[in-house]
Amino acid sequence: MSTHSKAAKRFVADAERLAWHDQALYAVREKRDRMMATVPEWEDLRRMASEIKLHTLSRLGDYLCEFERNATANGMQVHWAADAAEMNETVWELIRRHGGRRLIKSKSMLAEECGMTPYLEARGVETVESDLGERIMQLLHMPPSHIVLPAIAVRREEVGALFEREMGTEPGNSDPTYLTHAARRALRPKFLEADVSMTGVNFAVASTGALAVCTNEGNADMGTSFANLHIAIMGIEKVIPDMEALGVFTRLLARSGTGQPVTTYTSLYRRPAPGCEIHVILVDNGRSEWLADEAHRNMLKCLRCGACMNTCPVYRRSGGYSYSYFIPGPLGINLGMLRSPKRYHGNVSACSLCYSCSNVCPAMIDLGEQIYEWRQRLDRLGLADPMKKAAVKGMDFVMGGRRRFYGGIALGRLAEKLPRAVLENGLNPWSAPGRAMPPFAPRSFNAWWKKEMKK
Amino acid sequence: MKVGLFIPCYINAVYPEVGRASYELLQRVGCEVDYPLDQTCCGQPMANAGFEKDARALAEHMNELFARYDYVVGPSASCVVFVREGYPRLLPDYREHACVDARIWEICEFLHDVVRPARLDARFPHRVSLHNSCHGVRHMGLSSPSERQIPYQSKLRDLLSLVEGIDVVEPERRDECCGFGGMFSVEENAVSVAMGRAKVGRHMDTGAEYITGADASCLMHMQGIITREKLPIRTIHMVEILNSRS
Repeated sequence: MSTHSKAAKRFVADAERLAWHDQALYAVREKRDRMMATVPEWEDLRRMASEIKLHTLSRLGDYLCEFERNATANGMQVHWAADAAEMNETVWELIRRHGGRRLIKSKSMLAEECGMTPYLEARGVETVESDLGERIMQLLHMPPSHIVLPAIAVRREEVGALFEREMGTEPGNSDPTYLTHAARRALRPKFLEADVSMTGVNFAVASTGALAVCTNEGNADMGTSFANLHIAIMGIEKVIPDMEALGVFTRLLARSGTGQPVTTYTSLYRRPAPGCEIHVILVDNGRSEWLADEAHRNMLKCLRCGACMNTCPVYRRSGGYSYSYFIPGPLGINLGMLRSPKRYHGNVSACSLCYSCSNVCPAMIDLGEQIYEWRQRLDRLGLADPMKKAAVKGMDFVMGGRRRFYGGIALGRLAEKLPRAVLENGLNPWSAPGRAMPPFAPRSFNAWWKKEMKK
Repeated sequence: MKVGLFIPCYINAVYPEVGRASYELLQRVGCEVDYPLDQTCCGQPMANAGFEKDARALAEHMNELFARYDYVVGPSASCVVFVREGYPRLLPDYREHACVDARIWEICEFLHDVVRPARLDARFPHRVSLHNSCHGVRHMGLSSPSERQIPYQSKLRDLLSLVEGIDVVEPERRDECCGFGGMFSVEENAVSVAMGRAKVGRHMDTGAEYITGADASCLMHMQGIITREKLPIRTIHMVEILNSRS
């Protein structure tokens, strides 16, 4: 049994939470569908998004240098980081030089990827998440379970109890508006006190040297408006050629992710305000190697919209924590394998190959097909599940000869005469609780044909 | 037109009536049908589990069995998709010859696109909920995937419209996966059964007496759940409906 399968079994055991989690996420998928329906040129947009990304990736070095030139000319400072350690060191060096103690950050998957928050906390920098969902998870001391909806697995009653503990809200009050206002009041001083702000980057526009940051809460804008040091971190795949390309992506991002026509705030940072500094850190951390992997370089087209998670029937029914990589769902299965097959191959079973993800993806990433491809690599990497391998070899043997196959059916018919308790136990995995074995027919089609044709 | 009937392993062993209905149906619409004996498996279960290369011998066997037919037609969308997409990878040296992957069709797709019968003389006076299987929808185009901005079409619905007395409905979340997925149903059996239960529930919500589709493997998985929970609905393969008599 894979690590995902074991963890998923625990999630499935709570039927009520399962139904609720599934429905909450499917509702987002449905909102996305309604938004798509309002854009007749949707499929053209997806194709354009995919082609723009592929084009940019094919000249990644050129576009990154163009971005660096233009951003620098605008008065921003650009840094390069080869890996997570270099990124964290650069961030720390900037904060230290600035004399910063308090960092207010908006959501960044790259910060999670690089383990930045614990790194900074260990150096005495208070790091506060300003996205509401991320803040809830931070106060719960739990990682996000979804990249766009980090607190989707937390129920409002649980948020009510948390806020009662942390902010002294009324006991038993879990009204979302009430709790949001409480969070807002509690976050306000954090914004005011912060001496450094951090944002991720949704798109870096090479031709203008501008950064696009998309949020729904305006928390990135609020953070960068107070502190006079703004550090923006981005994976190198976030660069796009120009503003026209940005128009394609902003039309797709929020529609796909949350079913909104556009994110509430789409802010472009071009030059620092007088007396302020903007530093951009361009982070590789494995990406240039992924680019060399022909079967999986498509992952670098990802906009991080989360649509593949919302549509994934397995993710919806197993939850973010059933995956061992910090990003779950079809996206996380693939990114985890790019990061380290040895550490994260326990997730590749979490796919029924329904290919809904490949069809929902606004950048036309072949997510499902890539999971299939990873499965083919496991044996070569020495990571195939020995039980599964034995089962496949057994199947191969039986299917490899007609006598073995048709003899096997006869044996199967005999085996069915055994008591149900013998057949439907833990050793026969088809007979999961809740699913009966299909009975063999008294006569195979092959046998029927032979007899029929003799007539 | 000489049609070689492709009967996947589990249909041969568990659902021979689906094979018989396929044979009769193809004859009824005027095809010359033959069944090359001693078929076993196309190799899809091994491939989906991560051992596609192990299916090579099976692919060679299939290729030999079906060498002499104009068309290869089988009642299982996912098996047909595997042969079509997987065999060119598995049999690179066979490309110059008439290779099975270039001539294989799922039976509903074959009827809809190639035979195009004007009538079927079939009658099935029941409410039937359509099961849009993932590989049939997203890798074969039997109907438009709900994720995409393409006008709705369904080859299965088109064919069922030729059946007298039938009432065709579709469940909410019309093409969400039922959770079979071959080895997935074994390795991830908790999630697989949870998906299957939800799917059967949505089919039942339509008030249908039957769940039908072009993938017997999805139907087998859902029937397992129906049987275990003694639910008031049953599965039936598309060909059995299309082959019913008026």
